[in-house]
Formats: sequence, C-alpha cells, structure tokens
Amino acid sequence: MALLDVVDLVVEFPTRRGVLRALDGVSLAIEPGEVLGVVGESGAGKSLTGAAIIGLLEPPGRVAGGQILLNGERIDTKTQEQMRPLRGKQIGAIFQDPLTTLNPLYSIGRQLVETMQTHMKLSDRDARARAIKWLEEVGIPAAAQRIDAYPHQFSGGMRQRVVIALALCAEPKLVIADEPTTALDVSIQAQIITLLKRITREHGTSVMLITHDMGVIAETADRVAVMYAGRVAEIGPVAEVVKHPAHPYTEGLMGSIPSLTHRVDRLRQIDGSMPRLTAIPTGCAFNPRCDKVFDRCRRHRPGLVPSGKTQAACWLYATEAANG
Amino acid sequence: MFAFIVSRLLQAIPVLLVVGFISFGMFAFVGDPILFMLGQDFTVEQKEALIRQLGLDQPFLVQYGHYLWAALHGNFGMSYRLARPVSTLLLERLPATAELALSAAAFAMIVGMPLGVYTGIKRDALSSRLILMFSLVGVSLPPFLIGILMILIFAVLLGWLPSFGRGEVVNLGIWTTGFLTWSGIKALVLPAISLGLFPLTLNMRLVRAEMLEVLRSDYIKFAKARGISQRAIYFGHALKNTLVPVITIVGLQIGGLIAFAIVTESVFQWPGMGLLLVQSIGTADIPVMSAYLQLIAVLFVVINLLVDLLYYAVDPRLRIGRGGGH
Repeated sequence: MALLDVVDLVVEFPTRRGVLRALDGVSLAIEPGEVLGVVGESGAGKSLTGAAIIGLLEPPGRVAGGQILLNGERIDTKTQEQMRPLRGKQIGAIFQDPLTTLNPLYSIGRQLVETMQTHMKLSDRDARARAIKWLEEVGIPAAAQRIDAYPHQFSGGMRQRVVIALALCAEPKLVIADEPTTALDVSIQAQIITLLKRITREHGTSVMLITHDMGVIAETADRVAVMYAGRVAEIGPVAEVVKHPAHPYTEGLMGSIPSLTHRVDRLRQIDGSMPRLTAIPTGCAFNPRCDKVFDRCRRHRPGLVPSGKTQAACWLYATEAANG
Repeated sequence: MFAFIVSRLLQAIPVLLVVGFISFGMFAFVGDPILFMLGQDFTVEQKEALIRQLGLDQPFLVQYGHYLWAALHGNFGMSYRLARPVSTLLLERLPATAELALSAAAFAMIVGMPLGVYTGIKRDALSSRLILMFSLVGVSLPPFLIGILMILIFAVLLGWLPSFGRGEVVNLGIWTTGFLTWSGIKALVLPAISLGLFPLTLNMRLVRAEMLEVLRSDYIKFAKARGISQRAIYFGHALKNTLVPVITIVGLQIGGLIAFAIVTESVFQWPGMGLLLVQSIGTADIPVMSAYLQLIAVLFVVINLLVDLLYYAVDPRLRIGRGGGH
C-alpha cells in the first residue's frame, strides 16, 4: 500500500468573481522510502498540492473534492486540531527560504526541543541530547556549543540544515520539501540536496520534492510528476520521463534544458505561456500550445493513460478501449 | 552592555541640560518672583535687598549655574504658594501618582495584550468586531468624560466605589502606599481604569496589527507544519515577535501616564503630582512647575533606558557579540 495516496484532488479558491479551481483532479502516490519529484512552472499547483496534503492551505483555499490518504486513512477531512498531531510526526515540511522559516527569537535548540517534546515523551535532558544529535547529523559543526545559538548567527545553508533537522526530528514517514534549495547559493544547493537525500534514505523517509529544477529531480527523485495548470500532465520513473517524455509538454520542458553533452544551437521553447486560472481552456489545458493538437484535445479532457513506462494525460496515447 | 548603559546615560546629559535651561527660563521670563514674595506693600530698599539676597542681580548664565548646582543637590527652592521646599512637596506626591500610573499601565497591558492577540487570531469573528468597535469608543471619548461617567455610575448610582481621594494609605518611611488597605485599593479602581482605558485600546490595536503581520510569516507557518500547539504558537512564537514595538509604546505610555495623569487626578481629586501641578499653574507657582518639568525629563530618560534594555532581553539579534561565527 502506498504511504500517501492523493486521488483526484481538487482545490478551490472562492473569490468575488467566482470560484477559482487551482488544482483540478490531481492524482499521485508515494511509496514508503520513495522520493517523488514534482515539477512544473510557477503557478502549476506544485506547492498547493503540498500545502493541501499537510492541511495548511491559505484561506480561503479549500479542498473541494477528491481524497488524500495517509497509510490508507483519509486526512483531507480532518480538522486543524485533528491534523496537528500528524504534522511533524507523520508528515514533515521543509520550506523554501531558510532565512524566514526559523523563529528569530528562539534559539535553534529550543525550537528542536519544542518540536520533539510536542510529539514524543522526552525529558528536557533527553530532548536536548537528541537535538544535539540531530544537529550533528545534518552537519552543523560543534553542535553541542551551537545549540543555544539563534538563527541569525547561522548562514543560509546552515539554517536550511537546521530546518531539515526540525522537519525530521520527530521522525515523520513523509517529508514535503517545497523548493528547499531555491533560495540558496548555487554552491550550497548541491550540499543541501545531498544531505536531504542521505538523511531521508537513512531514516527511510519518503520525500515529496517540489522544485522547478529538473537537474535536482533527475539527481534525486525515483519518480517524477510533471504538473501543468493545476493538473498532472505526466507521472513516471524519473529516467523514463527525462529520456522518453510522453506528454508533449514534458517533451517541451526537457527540450528547454541546456545540456553539457549535446550541443544545440537553440534551446527549444514552448510558445505561449501557462493559462491563468480564470481562463483554462476546455479539453486538455495544454492544447493551445501543443504542436500535436487535434480536434479531440479541444473538446475532451484526457485522463492519465499508460504510455510506455510512464502515464501521460494525453489523447495521443489513448487506445480505443480506454476511451470508453 | 555596561558600555551601552554608560553611553545612554551620557547622551541623557544634554537632554537634561536643555530641560533645565527651559525650566530655569520660566523664572526669568514668566512673571516676577520678587512681586510674588513681597506682596502688596514694600519699599524700593526692601525690593533691592531681596534681589541681592536671592542673587537675581547676577548675570543670567551665572544664575543658571547656581540653579543647576542646587538642582543637582535636590534643592529646587520653595513653593510660593505653600512656602515649603518643592522637593519635599513632589516626593510626598510622587507615590500617589506612581501607583496610579503603574496600576493603569498594568491594567492596560494585562487586558489589552490578550485582547489584541484574540482579535488578531479571530480577526473575522463577530466577537472581535465588537471588541474593536468598543475600543473605538474608548479611544474617542475624552478621559475626563469617562472619569465623570464612571463616578456617576459606580460611585453615585451604585455606591460601590469612592468618587475621590486615595483612601487610607500606609506610610512606609519615604513611600506611602494605598495597595495595603482595602479602602486604598477601592479608591484606586476608578481612576486607574479611567486613566488606563486609552492605553488599553492602543495596546490592543497595536498587538492586533502586529499579530496579523507575524501570523502571516513563514516561521509561524513552519511552526504549524511541525505540529506545535496553537497555544505555544500564538502566545509564544507569535506574541514574542510582536513585543519589540509593544515595549516601545508601553514605555512611552508609562512615562506619559505619570506625566500627564493631570486630568484624571483632577477629576478624582487624586492627591498626586498632577493635581499639584494644576494647582501650581493656577497660582503661577513657578518653582513647583520647573521642578516638575525636570523630574518628568529624568523619568523619561530612565524609562527609555529600561526600554532599550528590554529590547536586548527580547531580541537576540540586537545583543552585541555574535555567539560563534558561521
């Protein structure tokens, strides 16, 4: 059984000018110990999917359909107070900007101890010892001395290490990492990704790695979900999706990544831009930009269908039998 | 830290000199003290003898020097009206004003801050809107009107609380306190509430605005994502981050409450410094007015120093010296 199963998730934002559907039927699953990469442009719904899973959608956003199952148990219907014991303990979260995710007025030790004592019965002394162990594990030098230091006394990369320790210190089964390296120096990014990969493998933690950096995904993820306009365009093993993309959007996305080994004169570009939530076309959301578009794409919305080793939401791969 | 305190105290010296200059200037430019002291009938010789005796024939700056020297020794001269040393008068009145101001400030904080947190968390709830609406009334009604209304309701109509005075006080050597007797506490309730109502609404609105800001921050979201309890998030993580501006305002408030409790003290005939000041202004009792001015200046300097020290206690980013490098 999958650790996390998201089925046909719909997230809506009621606004004065009508209801905006930000996620429209997102389905994905994460197995225990697996790293699922989620890629897409800004506004494709990657972060929103993560926020919906952990139950921290910004109001007035709300889950309007579908299910989120953690270990087979529905969590999308839980209240905030019912979700609270799960956060940190079952599902951890890592945010984008380490400079703003740590409380500036609490020492890092206090934040770690507070998190662990919220979820586990630990004496102050034991919690502190564990906090030092966690800081050592994420590579903070002289952890025993630095545990009482405040966030501003650390560099950005070090702070993201502290954030990782905080997200994992109550040993969650799944951690949602929302652009964990985007705000960091390029030279630090690789270190943080390596750390995240090592530490989650050692603890058997599943990861939902949200990023727009295909390089990070290719290096880290087992499987990848490509999102477009609030929908999953393609999902499959990372090597397949990178080498043999099925969906025309994925193909375009891969073609737009510069490569050191294959020299090309011009990078591919996808004409147009992702539609706004108020103006998503009928049928396939990608159809106005797609170079393989045909009549059916404009009238009916495709579901995920198998194509080779991946699944793509594209009519190109729909067999007659699957059409219904 | 020590260097910081010393530098702050050194910075205070020019402030106090300027205030001293202004309060001394009152003697020279507001009325003629000789006329006050001699009364209706006097000879020219008597007048000149008094001028020499008081040193008023000397140059302005020399007089200012004498004045400062005396002030440094706690000698602010004699009250024209009561013919007693001004320093004694003020020291007698200080406890009443200090107790009133501190009670009002405590009331404003203990009620205002939780209300601010509450209205910040439940910003769309009906209860929050009602609280905010009533707070607007608190801000808009002038304090003397609130005082008179409260006297009418609680003293005259209901007869629960005294309408004036300080009740029985206990003498503790240099300090007299109303906190130790039942009648003293009862007498304190109405003036403290009417004085504290305005700062209460201010604290509430300030904490609320800061809470709305802080609750949107990433570290609050991250604390929620770690499953930290609501209580710890709101009253720990969030409230602590609202404190720096709140401390600033509360510090200024306490200074202001002590200095400008004049209206409340008049309404409730509270035997504090404010009432003394009002009476002194009425009779042009300049020594009292000038000494009062200087006392208030010293008070503000001390409070500002305490506020600066509190910043250091609250916000580790301001502490000098970074504990360890990168």
